[in-house]
Amino acid sequence: MAFGPFLLLALMEGLVTAAILALAAAGLSLVFGVMRVVNVAHGEFYMLGAVLAWAVTTMFPGPPALAFLAAVIIAPLVVAALAAAADGLILKRLNYDPEATIVATIGLLYILQQAALSLYGPNANPVTAPFEWRIQLPWFGYSGYKLFVVAAAGLVLLALWQFMTRTKAGLVMRATQVDRSTAQAFGINVDRVYMGTFALGAGLAALAGVLIVPIQQAQYLMGHDPLLLSFIVVIIGGLGSLRGTLIAALIIGLSDGVISMFFTPTLAKILATLLVAMVLVFRPQGLFGAKA
Amino acid sequence: MTRGLLHPTRRGLLMAGGAGFLTAALPGYVGAQAAPIKIGFQLHRTGIGAAYGRWYERTAQAALKAINDAGGIAGRPVEILFEDDATDPKRGSEVVDKLTQSDGCDLVMGTLFSHVVMGSAPRAGELKVPYLVCSEGYHVASGALNRWTLQPGITDVRAQISTMAPWVAANLGKKVTMVFPDYAFGHDHRDFFTAAIQAQGGEVVAQIAVPPTETSFTRYFPQIPAETEVLYHVMVGPAVLTFVKELGEFYGTGAKPALFGFIDSLEAVDTATPGLEFLEGSHFWEAHPRVKAADAGEHEGHYRTAVGVDDNGASVSDAKDVSTYSHMFSTWETLYFIKQAMEASGYSGPGDRQKLVEAMEATTDLPYGIERPQGAKRFNGKTHQVFGSQHISQVQGGRLVKVHTTTIDEGLYEDAVDYTTMSF
Repeated sequence: MAFGPFLLLALMEGLVTAAILALAAAGLSLVFGVMRVVNVAHGEFYMLGAVLAWAVTTMFPGPPALAFLAAVIIAPLVVAALAAAADGLILKRLNYDPEATIVATIGLLYILQQAALSLYGPNANPVTAPFEWRIQLPWFGYSGYKLFVVAAAGLVLLALWQFMTRTKAGLVMRATQVDRSTAQAFGINVDRVYMGTFALGAGLAALAGVLIVPIQQAQYLMGHDPLLLSFIVVIIGGLGSLRGTLIAALIIGLSDGVISMFFTPTLAKILATLLVAMVLVFRPQGLFGAKA
Repeated sequence: MTRGLLHPTRRGLLMAGGAGFLTAALPGYVGAQAAPIKIGFQLHRTGIGAAYGRWYERTAQAALKAINDAGGIAGRPVEILFEDDATDPKRGSEVVDKLTQSDGCDLVMGTLFSHVVMGSAPRAGELKVPYLVCSEGYHVASGALNRWTLQPGITDVRAQISTMAPWVAANLGKKVTMVFPDYAFGHDHRDFFTAAIQAQGGEVVAQIAVPPTETSFTRYFPQIPAETEVLYHVMVGPAVLTFVKELGEFYGTGAKPALFGFIDSLEAVDTATPGLEFLEGSHFWEAHPRVKAADAGEHEGHYRTAVGVDDNGASVSDAKDVSTYSHMFSTWETLYFIKQAMEASGYSGPGDRQKLVEAMEATTDLPYGIERPQGAKRFNGKTHQVFGSQHISQVQGGRLVKVHTTTIDEGLYEDAVDYTTMSF
């Protein structure tokens, strides 16, 4: 294959990775930024999104497009509700202590993973894409659904940006992020903000899971990779910075696409990890993070 | 003074007590006569091998029922203890340990994934317990393992490939690009097919190794050179459907090389899945044709009924639950192989394990029958590996149709090891 089309395919694949990653990492970044909680169970919310998408599309009688639409709405809401419950039952009781919440979310990771294994089973199950549309370029074919994923993720992130900067709820969340006790002194119900943030973060991860599942299959172990990559993205972008997360997701996604296609996927992972190490040494707050 | 139940005599008490003791001990005595043979099954119930594990368990249960209904092994009932290894090599050796030491199994069988076999076989050797794998890897016949590890129920990759290469070169093309998983099983494919196609005057123009845990494949396809005449693909794990779908998206309606796949790329996947239309006309190696062949043997129907598989190779209770048909027969055949060797060696308990392995090594011809629904086999006691016939199927109208069958002899190769000269 000639260099031009080769690069085009690499960039298209990279964009899909970046889109999914940006959604998942934005949730992780939001939770850390506002709550100072390192959510190790974040990848399991992604997995739950995919598994619930399978459950909803399987039970939904209508055409694949409608079934998928139902999954896009229902799965993130269910996961968000579950996350809100986890916040009230676990994180709040630990007073959001940073070390304790890490251990607690590790526990949550195993609970969610084993619950999925017990209730859903060990198999990888496919979800039918909402539409079957292939683009035939002169050099290769490409899945139209993958391009849809990129567009959908872009729209959701835009909506998230608007929500954070233009709405009162977003203002309250940002205020809590800047100074928890002052926000409380001004009458903000910090507990509710935390619960809402944790639910929103988990919902974003679940949405990423729903969008990916027609490309991959829903399986109980699928939360590992996005968790690791989300952490890489969030560290590079700066914990708590939405802008940094988006830019870092693009860097990691596109470089992963290009490097793994021209060289090997292993090299792409090595370089991403090296970049994390470099950022931690030379700019520990991340590319766009505020200095602690 | 009246005597009765409330005021027994000393003699009456002793007699009643003695009778009671005998009654209680009787089942133990009878049981000792026919204590069940315990077979430990190392099962990929979870992890990347779960689809295989699901069908390995069903097939083994079906064979177990058939054997017990026919009187068990040497008159003793048989039971199987299934233990999940999560398709993980480290867990695998722990499972061998547990089944042998804690559960007291007579032997261990059933492992499919070659990295789990490689991780578990050394422990079986240390425990001196027969370890019968159902794996396809060349690791048994290569001499890499030990005297306690045997593969009597399924042919190995080397034999499969040496029968496939001449057919591929003669019918599909000579310039081949290979896509295979990047671990032991995939490396067997890489090494033996590359050599086998060269022997046919062909060449492998590119070797594309994919990590076994990969979830996205499009990025690998641009490495397929344009001059490729045949794309040889073999993939495993939960992402096989993604692999074939993305291959279809990549080639789509454009020009594409002839496709020759090992059915592993499609095990547990319905060939009529939307997005797989591009497979129409392409060929697959199958050990045991998933769709019942027109000339299938007399025992084929009985085997399918016993396992619960319909004529398309899917579960009779759920047409979407497609079996791993080209691999699962190995558990059935391995159980019958155990029965034959135990009866031949007069096996009575773990003390006879060495005698049992020697009886297995002495086995040669394994004729076609309900014991071997996949077909007749020939066991090589020196290399601990069984040989059998292979099949090639073509996708026609979304269904796999058998088009070619090889002989046992086509798959034979010179021995690389003589395990019988090794010490126990």
